[in-house]
Amino acid sequence: MTPELSRKLAILSDAAKYDASCASSGTERRDARKGGLGSTEGSGICHAYTPDGRCISLLKILMTNFCIFDCAYCVNRVSSNVERARFSVEEVVTLTLEFYRRNYIEGLFLSSGIIRSPDQTMADMVRIAKTLREEHGFKGYIHLKTIPDASPELIDEAGLYADRLSINIELPQDDSIRTFAPEKRPETIRTAMARVRSGREASRETSHTGKRPARFAPAGQSTQMIVGADGANDATILNTSSRLYAGYGLKRVYYSAFSPIPDSSAMLPLVKPPLIREHRLYQADWLMRFYGFEAEEIASATPDGMLDLGVDPKLGWALAHREDFPVDVNRATKEQLLRVPGFGTKTVDRILSARRHRTLQWDDLVRIGASMTKAKPFISLPGWSPGGLIDAQNLRARFAPPPQQLSLF
Amino acid sequence: MHRVVLPETGTMDAWREAARRLATHAVPPAQVEWAVGEAPQGLFDPEPLPSGEGRALKVPRAFLEIAEKAILHRDPAAPDLLYQALVRLQDQPQLLSDAADPLVRRLGALQKAVHRDIHKMRAFVRFREIPSDRDRRRFAAWFEPEHRVVEANAGFFARRFSDMDWAIHTPDLSVIFEDGEVSFAPGAPRPDLPDDAAESLWATYFTNIFNPARIKLGSMRQHMPLKYWKNMPETAQIPAMLEGAEARVRAMQAAGATQAPARAATITERYRAAMPKAPAVIGTLEEARAAVRHCTRCDLCRHATQAVFGEGPAGARLMVVGEQPGDQEDLAGRPFVGPAGKVLDEVMQASGLDRGRAWMTNAVKHFKFTPRGKRRIHQSPDKGEVAACKWWLDLERDFVKPQLTLGLGATAAQALTGTGAGITRRRGTVEDTSSGPVLLSWHPSYILRLPDAGRAAEARAELAEDLALARKLLA
Repeated sequence: MTPELSRKLAILSDAAKYDASCASSGTERRDARKGGLGSTEGSGICHAYTPDGRCISLLKILMTNFCIFDCAYCVNRVSSNVERARFSVEEVVTLTLEFYRRNYIEGLFLSSGIIRSPDQTMADMVRIAKTLREEHGFKGYIHLKTIPDASPELIDEAGLYADRLSINIELPQDDSIRTFAPEKRPETIRTAMARVRSGREASRETSHTGKRPARFAPAGQSTQMIVGADGANDATILNTSSRLYAGYGLKRVYYSAFSPIPDSSAMLPLVKPPLIREHRLYQADWLMRFYGFEAEEIASATPDGMLDLGVDPKLGWALAHREDFPVDVNRATKEQLLRVPGFGTKTVDRILSARRHRTLQWDDLVRIGASMTKAKPFISLPGWSPGGLIDAQNLRARFAPPPQQLSLF
Repeated sequence: MHRVVLPETGTMDAWREAARRLATHAVPPAQVEWAVGEAPQGLFDPEPLPSGEGRALKVPRAFLEIAEKAILHRDPAAPDLLYQALVRLQDQPQLLSDAADPLVRRLGALQKAVHRDIHKMRAFVRFREIPSDRDRRRFAAWFEPEHRVVEANAGFFARRFSDMDWAIHTPDLSVIFEDGEVSFAPGAPRPDLPDDAAESLWATYFTNIFNPARIKLGSMRQHMPLKYWKNMPETAQIPAMLEGAEARVRAMQAAGATQAPARAATITERYRAAMPKAPAVIGTLEEARAAVRHCTRCDLCRHATQAVFGEGPAGARLMVVGEQPGDQEDLAGRPFVGPAGKVLDEVMQASGLDRGRAWMTNAVKHFKFTPRGKRRIHQSPDKGEVAACKWWLDLERDFVKPQLTLGLGATAAQALTGTGAGITRRRGTVEDTSSGPVLLSWHPSYILRLPDAGRAAEARAELAEDLALARKLLA
């Protein structure tokens, strides 16, 4: 544990902080009872939280922040004057294992600047994962950020050691990628995602001899999109996400509000990161994945293609579709209940099973855990009808925070 | 009145044994007093638990899952609430699915609180290394859980940290893992653990992974409640991190854009010069294949994975033209490899046509789709897209110069003959075009889409008939 290692760790974790996708969930079950170190069981674990509200689950570092690419939004681009460092394979392995033994982390999230060539960089990253797995019997979680221009064989090899692979789409539109990340190509990014999807599907098929193929990225793939760096509106962002979910079976699309970076590029404004917008996009993403909403439906509630920052997107949709309400809680279908503001997926499941025992009343819904302040204009049940509330002109104002004067900062 | 005092370890087993004996004899919950740990001083002498055979008990598995967690809650009412539920379950086997029942809700809340505490212990225990004179490394931790979760978590830590010796001490109970064996010892006051050099590296990481431009304290406190902070070394960094945050953001903004280092321009120039580009002149099929990857003649390239160019021998006598790549073709970058391709392969084989000797391609080179949940739903290309892509199809026809072109479906007919209308009437006939004769037939995906099995078999037979005609024309 030399001062030099500490200096590198400071530089290479600082350089990795802008990537939000560091969850450790949804992989196969493994443990160290038969040797080695580490385990993965069901849900991921967040071992700490920093004051930015983000979870620390994995040791999230760059292998190096030297980079030959010149992506305008990135602190590590070739034209930045940021201090540079590079870890050796042994240093990354040691940090991962020593942090893991003290229960600081679930595993490693390794990303990197591009040095020399995409293939050489990817090969070095794969070597780190392979060393952890094969020399140290590491059973914890590994997430490798995949370099889209690396050869397909290296992506295949990465899938053997990593739980999750991710390839960043970076920006919601092809044109913005070409403008702000001129060395990246949207078509190779998507081709690499297709390769990961195909690799996962092949690893799940048993051959006619009954032999099971080698595992391949059991926790699937994810991506990250930067919000607020280009001019894309929320409708465009959500459409891009839904195409990525449908096309490549992504587990998650992470949205990252573009945030001021040291040593910035003249191409991008250093404004305060749009954190509420990022939050609304995550909520909308949830609606697409768990509530049966399509991207166009969510966006259709917004004339300018931007989500309402004052109310959550489900409430926004309900306010724009008042003709579909009130919903009779004791008779409505699951699909209808899922569209009621204030009802989460668990609440809806509980309503459906409790309904078999009794006719649900107001107090029952409170016990079930529904958010009644939000739900009440949109539901009816014995003893409660929203009456004119649903059509009230000021319904949105009851939920939205009072308008604030725009901050000058 | 019965009184049951449950031990602090093995609580669930003891509760289950006592509850079973009471419930088989239908002892009402009001007649039982429960306690965990030390026995409370009562005003009466408790009756012994009933023994001997009573009624048979029915317990759903879901109840045991709730009980295993809820019994670890420090709420003294937990064992009684569980016993109430057990008694009611005998008459109301579906009780647990009634989320609106107050008892079910209360047990659910206990279960959830314990589940969370188990999870937080797994997350927030921090080991320190202790000098060891053996070949196994040694670690120890001090932790203060909210509920009695230490025993329930021992297995998790044993499965994870099996190649080292470790101990987790808590006020109620210590769990010790030595040479692969778990044991328990009574709780103790906080031990004095030696400093561990890794903690300063961890603090370095914690400080540097934090983004000062996005402060969300509420979110941090919600997930990492203050009660756990005192045993987590990294939390000591938080005040200093917050204090400096705003100044750091202001400094970044004030500094603004900087002058790029001199080497940057050279590196960028060299990399960009070496990036793949569309060939300036297209003189061969392979150059056309390289060029189509860069095609932006219509908007389909923005959403598809990649352009799917034709494949086959350069001098093929037969060219087969479909509509556009589908989901599988889009992923693989090759034409006719999905379900429709399989149908075509089968019918071609049965008709004596060798796919390997034909040039297989599509009228449109990018996949057009609309996302629906986890699937991409095919959409037919419009006339503009077909016209834009005809440029590539014409190149293929010019280079391959097939004796016969087989057009499958209306889109292919549109691209090859200028009109896609009336395919029902035109299929099975050869039409002359400036690029040679074109034989039209059904697209295999049309056969797959037909809901009526009889009609599908008929269409498949017609496709086979047309392929047989193609074979005859080529002979």
